Amino acid sequence: MNSVIKGSGYCLSYTPGLMLHNGSTITTERVVNPDGEFLKEMGKHVRSYEDCVAYWPNQVYIGNADPEELRKVEFPYYDKKFENASRYGKFGEIMPEAEFLLLAQSCDCFEVFYLEKGFVEAHKKELAADPVITEAILNRVTAGSELSEIETLVSNGEAEGLYYENKLVGCVKRAHDIDVNLSAEVMLENLMNKASSVLAILHSLKNAGISPDDVEYVIDCSEEACGDVNQRGGGNFAKAAAEIAGLNNATGSDSRGFCAGPSHAMIEAAALVKAGAFRTVVVIGGGCVPKLGMNGKDHVKKGLPMLEDCLGAFAVIVSENDGKSAEINLDILGRHTVGTGAAPQNVIGSLVADPLERAGLTVNDVDKFSPEMQNADITKPAGAGDVPMANYKMIAALAVKKGWLQKSELASFSEEHGLVGYAPTQGHIPSGVPYVGFAKENIEAGKMNRVMIIGKGSLFLGRMTNLFDGVSFIIQKNTAENEQGAVSEDEVRKLIAKAMKDFAASILDKEAEA
Amino acid sequence: MDLENQKRVKDFAEKYGPENLVVVLGAAEGEAAGLAAETVTAGDPTFAGPLTGVQLGLTVYHVCEPELKEEFDPAVYEDQVSMMEMVLDVDDIVNEMNEIRKEYCKYLSA
Repeated sequence: MNSVIKGSGYCLSYTPGLMLHNGSTITTERVVNPDGEFLKEMGKHVRSYEDCVAYWPNQVYIGNADPEELRKVEFPYYDKKFENASRYGKFGEIMPEAEFLLLAQSCDCFEVFYLEKGFVEAHKKELAADPVITEAILNRVTAGSELSEIETLVSNGEAEGLYYENKLVGCVKRAHDIDVNLSAEVMLENLMNKASSVLAILHSLKNAGISPDDVEYVIDCSEEACGDVNQRGGGNFAKAAAEIAGLNNATGSDSRGFCAGPSHAMIEAAALVKAGAFRTVVVIGGGCVPKLGMNGKDHVKKGLPMLEDCLGAFAVIVSENDGKSAEINLDILGRHTVGTGAAPQNVIGSLVADPLERAGLTVNDVDKFSPEMQNADITKPAGAGDVPMANYKMIAALAVKKGWLQKSELASFSEEHGLVGYAPTQGHIPSGVPYVGFAKENIEAGKMNRVMIIGKGSLFLGRMTNLFDGVSFIIQKNTAENEQGAVSEDEVRKLIAKAMKDFAASILDKEAEA
Repeated sequence: MDLENQKRVKDFAEKYGPENLVVVLGAAEGEAAGLAAETVTAGDPTFAGPLTGVQLGLTVYHVCEPELKEEFDPAVYEDQVSMMEMVLDVDDIVNEMNEIRKEYCKYLSA
């Protein structure tokens, strides 16, 4: 039987301090253009936590509104407020910066993460009030250090400073004196990624209504690498996050594929469960510090707030068929293979048209397509356009070429079968998976039959191959009942009886002929 | 334009001579195509990459422009580009590219 989506968690962590000090656009600018306008101006373009929470796309990401409701909001979104916005949503939360720094400190197992005493004291109660944060996590938060100790580590160049409201409140120290793979910058990025994953796992467990002990395997599909000089990407983020989240019965491993990573990982999880290797698998993707403020120069130039101020994270729980949850159909997989080529029509053909054709379906049989779900509020001012819309136009154009759609239906296709983008531009985070939670809900409520999740990745960034990549899969209504029906004992008995009757009749006929 | 790509374009221009180079773009929007075209002609407008302040003036076209389409085997074009031709705002891209070429290209024969 197909495996099912048991639950999901979608979280954002508001981290403007990390954005202003550790985002790659900003760190690059400090090297190439240290006296430029952007570095002088950017501080004025940071929005408040309240504004970040009241931002429509963020409320959709954590589940407080369906993407269809966002469609009704007039573009651009940054100057509109979500009424009665809440930190918590049905899929997760938007964690404030101070609490997130404490959570990240709790994820440190090698005493490299320092927070100032007073800062810990001031914010520990806030973290404790978060309903998913466990006693075990709170116990891992240390009492904190003297500010002078932190200042010395940062001024010596041994540590990366952590800033809250423009004040130094902590640091992340290098984990090795000369190994760049364990530098302060890398340790900071990896610990923040780990912490954001932990938060998403905790929300996914709550939403699925399962115990941490039920999880048997974790797959991490982020885009960071952890290891040392002899094994740069050795891993294992999955097991590291599982430890802090209290998944005591789980093992795990990391799977990588740039932005296509989450879709690969979802297929792997569904296959592991369907094969019976593990009963419950969690797929996680944590946040990416370097991508904070990635398009900040364009946002500042155009007078917008720097909208990339949150680490994104997700966790999806895939488990054995329970007879009711939406399931993953492994028979309809889209595959961008080595031989597919990089032309957009080949890419969309391999990921969308080919798998549907093999299953005797067309694009009209899929209620919603979830490709790259980047929020256009972020990408449009940076000249990258509306990414989901570009995908829907390509799917519709290919459907016209296939004869599945009239040319006059091109425009309406995007609205009927598409979604408006709402996910933060955190690489793998917007890639197909943000809609898994909504897809599960809408399918289980009988509003939809099939949703296609499409992951695509630009492998050239790693300079190992110029090939493009991608995979897609279908989430559909639970079919366990039909499958059980087809093999029920009663049914088998009837089939055998009918076969014997037919056989006897054929012998009688032959005798009669003779 | 990606910093690494800027470096490659600059290196090619030095190696083969800017007059012998044609840059072919595949950007999905007029604005993005224009920015990339400006980068390889007038220099990086974002002041971030190796082409900052470098006015290469290279010949540059978008793959959907008629001048370039003529150069292709029609069957290959149909197979590789026709779907995107249906999707993109080709007029907008052509206008943007024409403007940049008129202003900054140094090697266009009239």
